[in-house]
Amino acid sequence: MEMGEKILVVDAVVENIEKVTEFVNGYLKLWGCPAKARAQIDIAIDELFGNIAKYAYRQQPGVAVVQIEVTKEPLAVIITFTDHGTPFDPLANADPDITLGAEKRQTGGLGIYMVKQSMDQVIYAYRDGKNILQIRKNF
Amino acid sequence: MKIIVNREQEKLTLRVEGRLDTMTSPQLERELGEGLEKVQELTLDFTSLEYISSAGLRVLLAAHKQMLRQEGRLVVRGVNEVVREALAITGFLDMLHME
Repeated sequence: MEMGEKILVVDAVVENIEKVTEFVNGYLKLWGCPAKARAQIDIAIDELFGNIAKYAYRQQPGVAVVQIEVTKEPLAVIITFTDHGTPFDPLANADPDITLGAEKRQTGGLGIYMVKQSMDQVIYAYRDGKNILQIRKNF
Repeated sequence: MKIIVNREQEKLTLRVEGRLDTMTSPQLERELGEGLEKVQELTLDFTSLEYISSAGLRVLLAAHKQMLRQEGRLVVRGVNEVVREALAITGFLDMLHME
């Protein structure tokens, strides 16, 4: 059962990460989402919205839509990031090797890997000229 | 984010407060870029750090490599549950010296 949803439309620029974080957190606090889950969601926003801001609109600026829903049974938050920039599936890359020593270590792919590990579901689709990336976190 | 710097001869301690993410990590990077020469022990005190994203991990890895190159060490202190899990998930917990 859906308990409500909210939508934020912002320019896809890194300066707006904080705005998205505040928007999502304000809503999550209303629903009593625990602090730990909120922090993990904040990290996911930094990674995912940050990626959109950096890579989706290299040719010309554009907007991103952030939609948040809270569902019951299971009690969960679903956040959907939509942009109409360059098609990019962040889930397509292989997971980074997290066992390498410091000298061989690369940091590429670590962000999306953290999101995959800390969220209960991450889905990507390209539809109607839009990148649609959705995360779900149970709480 | 706020960084409190404490330097005692070859020991440098940075207390990082707030969030280490896309917008704030460059600030830590600058702080480290200027001050690591001759440092033998770099301590990042994360007691008041709320969370860290991959942008922060990038700075951590660079600092760790730099300390290895100059035969010193990086110590990470006081992480909360969220930061500890982020470090564990990415293998950083095994790589870094934790206190």
